[in-house]
Amino acid sequence: MNAALTSELHALLGKRNVLSSPEDLALYEYDGSVDRARPEIVVFPSTTGEVSRIVKLAVKHDVPIVGRGAGTGLSGGALARGGGIMIAFGRMNQILELDLENRRAVVQPGVVNFDLTRAVEHAGLYFAPDPSSQKSCTIGGNVSENSGGPHTLAYGVTTNHVTGLELVLPDGEIKRIGGKIADSLGYDLCGLLVGSEGTLALVTEITAKLSKKPEAVKTLLAIFETVDDATETVTDLTARAITPAACEMLDGWTLCAVEDYVHAGFPRDCGAVLLIEVEGVAEAVASQAVGIEEVCKAHNAREVRTAKDDKQRELLWKGRKTAFGALGRLAPSNYVLDAVIPRSKLPQALRRVLEIGKECGLNIGNIFHAGDGNLHPLVLFDPRNREQFEKAVKASTDIVRYCVEIGGALTGEHGVGMEKSELMTLMFSEADFALMRRVHNQFNPTGLLNPGKVFPMGKGCGETRVRTSPMHSPVPA
Amino acid sequence: MSSALTSSIASRFENIVGSAFVQTEADAVADYGVEGLLPSAAVFPENAEQAAEIVKIAAREKFAVIPCGGRTSLSIGLAPSRYDVALDMTRLQGIAHYDPGDLTISVDAGMRLAELARILAEKNQFLPLVVPFFENATIGGAIASGLDSPLRHFYGTARDFLIGAEFVDGTGALAKSGGRVVKNVTGYDFHKLLAGSLGSLAVITRLNFRTYPVQPSRRGFLASFADEIHALAFMRELAASPLTPTLVEAISPEFAKLFLEEKSPVASLLLDVQAWTVCVGFEGSSEVCERYARDLGRLARMASTQDAISVHDSQFLSLLEILRGAPVSMSRAASRSVVLRLATLPGRLADLLRALRSFASSSWIPSAALIRSGSIVYFALLPREGDETATKQIAYFCKSVDSLHGQLEFNSSALFCPREWKSGFDSKAQVPESLDLQRRVKKAFDPNGTFASGRFAGGI
Repeated sequence: MNAALTSELHALLGKRNVLSSPEDLALYEYDGSVDRARPEIVVFPSTTGEVSRIVKLAVKHDVPIVGRGAGTGLSGGALARGGGIMIAFGRMNQILELDLENRRAVVQPGVVNFDLTRAVEHAGLYFAPDPSSQKSCTIGGNVSENSGGPHTLAYGVTTNHVTGLELVLPDGEIKRIGGKIADSLGYDLCGLLVGSEGTLALVTEITAKLSKKPEAVKTLLAIFETVDDATETVTDLTARAITPAACEMLDGWTLCAVEDYVHAGFPRDCGAVLLIEVEGVAEAVASQAVGIEEVCKAHNAREVRTAKDDKQRELLWKGRKTAFGALGRLAPSNYVLDAVIPRSKLPQALRRVLEIGKECGLNIGNIFHAGDGNLHPLVLFDPRNREQFEKAVKASTDIVRYCVEIGGALTGEHGVGMEKSELMTLMFSEADFALMRRVHNQFNPTGLLNPGKVFPMGKGCGETRVRTSPMHSPVPA
Repeated sequence: MSSALTSSIASRFENIVGSAFVQTEADAVADYGVEGLLPSAAVFPENAEQAAEIVKIAAREKFAVIPCGGRTSLSIGLAPSRYDVALDMTRLQGIAHYDPGDLTISVDAGMRLAELARILAEKNQFLPLVVPFFENATIGGAIASGLDSPLRHFYGTARDFLIGAEFVDGTGALAKSGGRVVKNVTGYDFHKLLAGSLGSLAVITRLNFRTYPVQPSRRGFLASFADEIHALAFMRELAASPLTPTLVEAISPEFAKLFLEEKSPVASLLLDVQAWTVCVGFEGSSEVCERYARDLGRLARMASTQDAISVHDSQFLSLLEILRGAPVSMSRAASRSVVLRLATLPGRLADLLRALRSFASSSWIPSAALIRSGSIVYFALLPREGDETATKQIAYFCKSVDSLHGQLEFNSSALFCPREWKSGFDSKAQVPESLDLQRRVKKAFDPNGTFASGRFAGGI
């Protein structure tokens, strides 16, 4: 990193808001994915004005920029693939306004997802997107990646809960799009920006919708002898127009690890469980729960348990939300995949995932959002073993490729990032990329903002790529 | 397009679609007028590839193209600066995929909404896009025109259930975004930009939706209130309750009178021309519906309702039909009616409504209002036949609405409006701050300005 830029950043932000020593930077070279890329400098702005000035400095020195929230992302979206400046939004963590009457919150990007819910739950409201990392991930990161969660099934992903944004464009200009009113005039720019993975602009303020907490919630745990019985139950629930708020599957093998960790009373001898939640007015919850139990029993469920109180319910969800961590007990590392399939193809897709695991000689766990067909195969491997790492990457590519082949999509909630940029060609044509590039270049013409994401670079997939010298890579034409 | 050019270009279009599917005669193109401008040719592609070829020629020859479906909403938007070719998409009629078990459908742009609804109904499913011109509008046109549905209260707008699109961009390339699965964050969400874009970015050729199961029972509740204060109080209590209705619409007394004049079966049930009527829809099992009816009755009494009634399934569907066409009923209520669509926040609704009604009454123009989902106001100005002062009064009204910006959070657009008054409603006071970003999007999709410019918000 050139000394002039570093000293200009020191002058702008103060030394304590600028990290540049190798041991500090090492903490910012990873996120929740398997990729690594080290920034050359990490800065912590407190205001939109500072973000704008940082961006202008980056432009002056021709250095790439990447935004980062909590670094919990699973696709490498917040990694500095082009080196350069990482703008960490951790200190822009203020809830600026709670407009309870109109059910809107205006927040800075570094506000932790669950902190917003905590701030409004006294009024019977909450922020609906609920990624498993919601106690640490930031809303800015959610906006970038268009994050989902278990309750996406009923309430949609982040984009369905954002009505306005403040942006800093890659030339430092500050812009507002949308606002508190959901129907803005003109094109739906929020719809474009949410999920654009930090490749079009940096988000410095978010106006989010707040949702009303349901009157009643019922959480069911259905236990099956086989994975097939569980997946067929999900397909049947959808076909019978039963619409739970969440419908999660955990296979029996991963469930043992989870139970060792959370002691929620999950069975240790089953093929799979479904964790199903219904919400709404009490009468609707009661009748839906009856319908769900019938369908589970029709597919040979050994047992259908209902959480008796909030404590039991929270324990079941703790099992689900900490499952990936629990699996850390089984192998030194794991690779969480994210792909979507049409829900009717769930049984065949799960069978194929298990086959691919056998072919690669790796254990693959399955803990996922079954209700919307969002798979999260979890490939266990030892990163110190190069051969295993390569097998894990191959297994993941095979799985994602298969999901796309049967009518699915590359990512349901984690984003493309650098993890899947090479796989984008599975879904998109040259003409699609040409349009995406034109849109990208209208916002980010120099390519300084988050280079190397979303668009294929023409290199192999999943390989760890670290750049050490400042270089920017405009999206290849 | 000059007439000399017309014949040579028309023959190139004919090479693509066949001579039967290019029309240049005056009476044929007369049906494709947009704000007084007529195209030189109307072309009817059979598929997306043909549509792309036509756009390619237009881009090369610098013709201005407007894509059309059922031509029911072409008057929405401002006058285009040029208009050479109407691209009629109604021959694209197929269902590319429909797996009812997945609750998703992929449908060609030219299919009529009513036909799509029929196909979904066979599987006991529906699309919550219950919009004006339901019988004749195409699905592509309904998305491009951005009209909203009473069911948005529960099901949201197109951006919430449109999961993917295929389209022809301004260079004539076939492109797509999203996919056919209900959860998908792969790539930029271009389909969200297409919703409400009035064909200014691309020609929609195919749309993918998530569909919804029809619930066992769909019912309604109507309550009348002495004034809007009480009606709005009821709506506030309802919003704070645990209930999640499918629709909440409030009808002004003047609008109730229009409905009565249409002699609809539901209108004769209760609508009181002296009172504000709030219509609430709900659905689910019979126990759920009974709970709604009970709670709504209690909430309405608390808000001093004058009269309340529950309506059962078939009556509810008639009510939904009436509400779906409400903006059109407004536009037909006078020969020079203006229908404004204003979006605001629930907490600003009372102030906005009061201001609009007071401007209308001090302009001596009869008016009518419909409040949708606690945040949208359809406001009709209905000048009397032969009222020579109307133009002046409308100008006064426009100026008054403009003066509200800065005091109240809202935005407004003229949905249906006589051509000569339209520009007055294209307020300078509310050009979006992001206009230059809007222009960048237009430039990326349509670098040569092939899709007729001038119609979209901000003159894009």
